Amino acid sequence: MSNAASPKTIETNTFNLMAFLTKHATLVALLALIAFNVVFTKHFISIQTLNVNLTQVATIVIVGVGMTLVIATGGIDLSVGSMMAISGAIAPLIFLGTAVHISEIHLAVAVGMIVAVLAAGAFGWFNGWLITRFRIQPIIATLVLFIAGRGIAQVSTNGNLQPFKLGEFQWIGLGRWFGVPVQVIIMVVLVAIAAWVLKRSLFGRQILAIGGNERAARLAGIPVARVKRWVYCISGLCSGIAGLVVIAINSSSDANLVGLGMELDAIAAVAVGGTLLSGGRATVTGTLIGALIIQLVRYTLLANGVNDDVAKLVKAALIVLAVWLQRHGRS
Amino acid sequence: MKKSSLLSALSSQGVLIALALLILFGWLRYEHFLGLFNISSVLRYNSMFALVALGMCFVIMAGGIDLSVGSTAALGSVVAALLSPHGMLIGTLGGVAAGLCIGILNGLVIVRMRILPFIATLATMLAANGSALLLAQDQSVSVSYDGTFVDLGQGDIYNIPIPALIAVAAYIIGSIVLNYTGTGRAVLAIGGNEDASRLMGLPVDRVKFLVYALSGALSGLAGVILASQFGAGQPIEGVGWELFAIASVVVGGTLLTGGVGSVGATLAGVLLLGLIFNVLNFENGLGWISLSAYWQSVIRGLFLLGVVILQSRLSSKQSAA
Repeated sequence: MSNAASPKTIETNTFNLMAFLTKHATLVALLALIAFNVVFTKHFISIQTLNVNLTQVATIVIVGVGMTLVIATGGIDLSVGSMMAISGAIAPLIFLGTAVHISEIHLAVAVGMIVAVLAAGAFGWFNGWLITRFRIQPIIATLVLFIAGRGIAQVSTNGNLQPFKLGEFQWIGLGRWFGVPVQVIIMVVLVAIAAWVLKRSLFGRQILAIGGNERAARLAGIPVARVKRWVYCISGLCSGIAGLVVIAINSSSDANLVGLGMELDAIAAVAVGGTLLSGGRATVTGTLIGALIIQLVRYTLLANGVNDDVAKLVKAALIVLAVWLQRHGRS
Repeated sequence: MKKSSLLSALSSQGVLIALALLILFGWLRYEHFLGLFNISSVLRYNSMFALVALGMCFVIMAGGIDLSVGSTAALGSVVAALLSPHGMLIGTLGGVAAGLCIGILNGLVIVRMRILPFIATLATMLAANGSALLLAQDQSVSVSYDGTFVDLGQGDIYNIPIPALIAVAAYIIGSIVLNYTGTGRAVLAIGGNEDASRLMGLPVDRVKFLVYALSGALSGLAGVILASQFGAGQPIEGVGWELFAIASVVVGGTLLTGGVGSVGATLAGVLLLGLIFNVLNFENGLGWISLSAYWQSVIRGLFLLGVVILQSRLSSKQSAA
């Protein structure tokens, strides 16, 4: 597939070169940040620092993977935070036995996690359905679930905090596998799969073709509606997983707070990572690097005694600067 | 042009009809729904959202989006509260100026650096939030009760809440600007087709800059009212305001693609979404059913869903005809 001499090949090659360059630019920025920290921040080179930064960034990246695919089609998903809240609300309802009673705890946890993630995926699919069936702009279509989704999560738990202490479940947020936090492994696996899909698979090519020129993609016989629905469904699934990670870390599920503001963090990571916001060019590893840069800048500032509020100002400038540099890199 | 004005007329009447039905429902069902106290508290509270939505309406009509309005309002409230000991005028001007600064920043980044409005205003949202927290030193800033500053949010003139009067005045001016000035027509033209507007010689960059500046200033003003109404500048308030404002604008029939819109219908959209909460409270008061406050976001979401599906139906009929 990748070597097929289709008319698109030339275009794809030039795009790849650009993607290669910008990817390098973000990578260089990341390396520079790390180098700065090695020199100036005390105790920077330690497993603990690495784990702190990676665990903080994991949920953003997990959501960012789905967001990257959505943005690659030229869309946007504002509802990711709400879908995290839904998944975070549903899982404890099942494994704590509030909604249904399953006596075997491992089974209850498994059912809870699967149902929660699938529910988030279903809501994501609903987003895609709205967008393709009614031709509603993605920003508006996902705004519906942004507003209603958190409400659904709150209503289903009556707004109550659901506290728990359950090793069988919390491995997803607190566990280690060969010393690496489990959610970091999930993050890496998801990034690897999505990067492969985007680069090598037919589905990935279709996503980029739709984002590049939807009309042309449709005329070329690409099942635009189906691809889009899947992409939003995947975004929902990723959000569902992230929701589970967050409640596992917190040892409780608070529908009012889980995933709050996540849409903006994820979009910022995608944009800083070098994915075009208008669609057609996307890099999942870029999103990972983008999220790491944002996190590391914040960490660097905080570790060197700069106020968290100032760190926000720097983050804002960083987003604008990164996007601006990418524009210049292209033109 | 004819097509789009017909469409906007249909959608804007839709929101008015829905609003009228909701008010009728409330009037028939609840004893004190149209009582002075209820009307005045609904208007007082929603006037902040109305101001933010007015700015958003202009931005969206010009084909953009402004995500920074909520934290800009929070920044405005903090600045106003800090300046409130110097009197109402200084406090108000300070809050509006703070909002204007963020709006100008938005305009510059979008027009000069050519960065997508979504990303640019996402960044300024963070910047405004950081600045508000810095100025407030991470806590809410109580306003001075010595002067007249609190009257702005809490006072009445002839039983009408002052914030509501401010909002209505802003909407009247906004409506006149949109319908009867060159700048207003240019906003719609640019939202309809930016390239064509540029070729026609319209000052595209200046108008885009102006709408973001306006949105910032109005958000700042909303922040001033927030501070004065609740007696404190609140640096972490305003979360989600931007999406509420966008929802009001869309419910009001303004197309998110730009080029079509109505200021009055946006006001109706704000009132409609605001009244849903009010009706929910009254319904709970009757004691027949008990819906928690959390239902309001579900119902608002469903409302938005209905409106956008209706709009898409209308516009596909329009383009088919």
